[in-house]
Amino acid sequence: MRNWQKYIGIIIPLLVVAGLMLYPTVTGKAAARETAFTILKAIALASSLNILLGYTGYVSFGHIVFFGFGGYVGFYLLSSQGASLWIAILAGGLSSGILAFLLGKAILRLRGAYFALATIGVNEAMKAFINNFDLFGGPTGITLNFKTYLAYGGASKALEMAFFIVGGLACLAIIMSYVIRTSKFGLGLLAIRENEDAAEVMGVIAPDAKTWAYVLSAIIPGMIGVLFFFKNGNVEPHDAFPLHASIELLVMVMLGGQGTVLGPILGAFAYQGMRGYLVTSDFFKDIQLSVSGALLLIIVLFIPAGAVGWLRKRSELLRRVLA
Amino acid sequence: MQQLNLLLASLPDGILLGFVYGVAAMGLTLIWGVMNVINLSHGPIISLGMFGAYIVFIKMGINPYLGLLIIAPLGLLLGVLIYVVAVHRVINAPHLSSLLATFSVNMIIIGLGTAAFTTSPYNVDFNMGSVTLGSTTLLGTRLIAALAAIIATGSLYLFLYRTRPGKYIRAVANNRAAAELMGIPSSRILALSFGLGTMLAAISGALIATFFPFSILSGGGYELKSFVIGVLGGLGNPIGALVGGLALGALEAIVPAFMETSWVPVIEFGLFILALLVRPNGLFGAKE
Repeated sequence: MRNWQKYIGIIIPLLVVAGLMLYPTVTGKAAARETAFTILKAIALASSLNILLGYTGYVSFGHIVFFGFGGYVGFYLLSSQGASLWIAILAGGLSSGILAFLLGKAILRLRGAYFALATIGVNEAMKAFINNFDLFGGPTGITLNFKTYLAYGGASKALEMAFFIVGGLACLAIIMSYVIRTSKFGLGLLAIRENEDAAEVMGVIAPDAKTWAYVLSAIIPGMIGVLFFFKNGNVEPHDAFPLHASIELLVMVMLGGQGTVLGPILGAFAYQGMRGYLVTSDFFKDIQLSVSGALLLIIVLFIPAGAVGWLRKRSELLRRVLA
Repeated sequence: MQQLNLLLASLPDGILLGFVYGVAAMGLTLIWGVMNVINLSHGPIISLGMFGAYIVFIKMGINPYLGLLIIAPLGLLLGVLIYVVAVHRVINAPHLSSLLATFSVNMIIIGLGTAAFTTSPYNVDFNMGSVTLGSTTLLGTRLIAALAAIIATGSLYLFLYRTRPGKYIRAVANNRAAAELMGIPSSRILALSFGLGTMLAAISGALIATFFPFSILSGGGYELKSFVIGVLGGLGNPIGALVGGLALGALEAIVPAFMETSWVPVIEFGLFILALLVRPNGLFGAKE
């Protein structure tokens, strides 16, 4: 058996990311890099959400809390403690993971809509708390001293570096997503999604498996948060915990196909692309939200499996090629 | 002592506001109780209620309380429309589908609302005088709003317990399959329940508009409050929602007397998560 065919499910997604990372260099435009950054960020976040939503079947409306919390912790270390970007990114991922572990122990006992509501509560409580937390600058947030960029060869070099790191994190998220999906642990998660009680009877230790799925899905957003705020140069509670961004992630995962490796990538691509088009078009820019909403409604009502799920149902070949 | 005076001044106001919160939460909890759908378009509908009051009062010059008689049926119709278009197909699907379907309605309304009204704040400048009792001053608008909230709750109860469609709604909430076997047209009843839920949201929005400035986005905050109240009072329990609303209104009045106002949401959502974990059926029990 030709060996590469076995891994085609991971090769296609990684090629997409590689293409995105090369795209700005090929076109040589600064705006292209900005677009590619947004898409790569969305791919990384959506892929990580997919671990919880697509594999385990728990709907989180507050996934962005890990982006904000990890981002805040890392950014604090970066700006106030003089840590390097690498340490800050690791700290961001780690702190989000720990937060997810503690939260998971508590709220993953809730099922269905109750869990979804609890995640909204967590996001809002965290936003309100950071708003009052003086160490993190309260409502005004933290601003990075411009000199920090000098350590990375000036602002433009630092932005370029941030772009390649976000590409790396997107790859990491995809690899994580693929490894989990093809592992025994992932099989346990899929069993929980189908029927949690039956999975427990079959020997899946559901509380542990769910908690680890939650932790794994939280690490990448924490890292991305640090990187994003590093690139922006400041962080505010309002930017760090936008509830609608959580829901946009859900839309991306649904659009592409939940529970598949490629799905969130396609979804992120399509959603960001569509948004970019609608916001700039003369005709749609005033009602772009309505158009996105209508499209989402059509997908939810008629293609609930998402693009990849729909394609997989069509033919045997696609089922083998698309993981 | 100073805190006590502050409390005496703010607590009645908070409780009166709580009645209105209660009506909003009742709309959410009714829909959840009947069809297990969390209506994420709740917030924008509250906003539409606010703009309804604005149009009725500022543009048409009708008393906003009389205007409720126009806003309520429109809210009902809108709800039925949303149910037919967006919710009916996913009523038996997993939670994610109905959450996203109602959220897409949320996006559509916000998008159209932003195009029509922009996101800048509006104001219904309506004055009903005030009543002074000792050191507390009660605004007339809040008193009437609380009264309207009580009337809305009472009518909902009469409707649910004394009329045939109301009994149908309770039957469908209790067991949809069994209700269908008894010849109850469940799809129509579900549409009616959704309509009633959005009608309550629109009414609460119209009442809020008479004392706070608002924009098309302000419904979102009241939607979150409705979640908190719904969970405190037990999702699916309308009277629990009213009591939960009063509790939240009182909380919002009590907390600022002891710490900074910006801590209110921390405590609200902390309480919300705690209630979900400890008593997921609410402090007063879930639906009957």
